[in-house]
Amino acid sequence: MSAALAVGDVLETRRYPVTRADLVRYAGASGDQNPIHWSDRVATAVGLPGVIAHGMVTLALAARAVAEWTDGAEVVELGAKFTNPVLVPDDDTGALVEVGAVVKKVEDGRATLALEVTCGGQKVLGAPKAVVRVDG
Amino acid sequence: MSVDPSLVGRAFAPTAPYTVAEERVREFAATLGHPYDGGAAPATFPIVLAFEAMNAFLAEVGVELSRIVHGEQRFTYERPVVPGDVLTAGLTVSSLRQIGGNDIIGTTSEVTDASGALVCATSATLVHRGTAGTTGDYA
Repeated sequence: MSAALAVGDVLETRRYPVTRADLVRYAGASGDQNPIHWSDRVATAVGLPGVIAHGMVTLALAARAVAEWTDGAEVVELGAKFTNPVLVPDDDTGALVEVGAVVKKVEDGRATLALEVTCGGQKVLGAPKAVVRVDG
Repeated sequence: MSVDPSLVGRAFAPTAPYTVAEERVREFAATLGHPYDGGAAPATFPIVLAFEAMNAFLAEVGVELSRIVHGEQRFTYERPVVPGDVLTAGLTVSSLRQIGGNDIIGTTSEVTDASGALVCATSATLVHRGTAGTTGDYA
């Protein structure tokens, strides 16, 4: 831990771009090769507005923010609902996922972070939460 | 097609043992820009196991992956995954309901190590989009 977390702390928002190339690389690295994450043809055929990021990419970026804020503290709980899709256009910029957090609870050597994960100003995860181990 | 309601409560065979290689964890972390020092894997890495278990389940019940969108995912960890772990995942169907022509499939998967000890438990909600092509609220 680089710094102690205290209840009420607002952690600095992290911003992560996600491009189509990132989705293809994630598909390979994770094994999730669902074509809705790389093919507009398949995505629109099943009623989606276009290629969307894997929900697990968005949740993983939330976990990345947690790791950066806490200097790699051990995660004991992580979860969210995938309430809105992150549409990733086929251009060089992609989508920008923003992750913020407030420390809700610190007790018994654990800190609970209430996360907020947005894209284009819209929440994309429902009630995202992480619990990490902290010293003391 | 809709999913057979008798699946609720059914436990599927565990996935084949998967040896966690540092190179694979590093590659996974790199795709996300996640800091990685060669030790504990990023928190979402166990999805590799859970996803394999889900794929086997979908294949067995005859559901196309392209009709699945992810509704929810939660992990609780006993310990981090580290290179050298030999892991398997066992999936159980925990719930099934229908909303607006979509099947909402609840699953839980337990990821265990070579000694049989629980490493992480994860629950997923899978939205099986009906052929009517409704635009659901889920990503």
